[in-house]
Amino acid sequence: MKYGVVVFPGANCDHDAYHVAKHVLGESVVYLWHKDHDLQEVDVVILPGGFSYGDYLRSGAIARFSPIMNEVIDFANNGGYVLGICNGFQVLTEADLLPGALIPNTSTKFECKTVTLRVENRETPYSGEYEQGDLLRMPIAHGEGRYYANQETLDLLENDGRVIFRYVDAEGKPTMEANPNGSLNNVAGICNEDRKVLGMMPHPERACESVVGMTDGLALFKSLVNQQVATV
Amino acid sequence: MKALVTVHYKQGILDPQGKAVQNALKSLGVDGVSEARVGRHIVLQFPEMSKSDAEAQTKKACEKILANPVIEDYEYEMVENTA
Repeated sequence: MKYGVVVFPGANCDHDAYHVAKHVLGESVVYLWHKDHDLQEVDVVILPGGFSYGDYLRSGAIARFSPIMNEVIDFANNGGYVLGICNGFQVLTEADLLPGALIPNTSTKFECKTVTLRVENRETPYSGEYEQGDLLRMPIAHGEGRYYANQETLDLLENDGRVIFRYVDAEGKPTMEANPNGSLNNVAGICNEDRKVLGMMPHPERACESVVGMTDGLALFKSLVNQQVATV
Repeated sequence: MKALVTVHYKQGILDPQGKAVQNALKSLGVDGVSEARVGRHIVLQFPEMSKSDAEAQTKKACEKILANPVIEDYEYEMVENTA
């Protein structure tokens, strides 16, 4: 499986994503410069975390108009896999590839900590290696991660199984205390209708090796690899 | 011509920054403030354009990038540049 990691000015998790794809998964991976127009025939595009364009105006608002985003949007609309992590999630909502928006945390603070997520739907290309209801530990690091969408959109996402990850407490309950940013319905990650575009605020790419203290993100990437093996 | 653009959260969307400002005002003894909302102010200069053209461009800017229609409303005012 060939991964492509988009490099925006101000991205800072591009190396982490590249490292996981290449050294942990042993897959091939290339960087995709934001000014390019060539996706180099990758199977998966990763929009990494960071502070593209300094988060000016709104997080992701300017990156969304980067030259390469034309190709990423076409790729997604033609059924390509696109994974947006943190700032990448913000870019995906700004690009209308995912509904809703990410707005400032209710705490008004940058939240940098480990959270617990519950796997809400394992029937997606990104979650097949998890069990339904699995509790995962992953880091978050963001100031604008509060998922917002109108009620109609939220209902659609919930009823269609498109909320893949939700913030929960240690018992697996989606409490207010377990919600680090005030996201509606404790939403941590959602996918598009065909389940191939995933956006999430937590960082699975920073939770793939025991040396960094967490490994629960690895199954997300393994799910993708296995998914491709199964469909070829 | 210049455009004075204001972008703010739609009513009903919690504005934590506005809330913090409101609390600060209260603790500073500024009375009677029922709500404070924080937005963005953007000034666009159109030195060579008629008012109607500049207004069309301002509207385009607001709709394309300056405001996110999912969460924000915008308003603008066109004013003459005074030398």
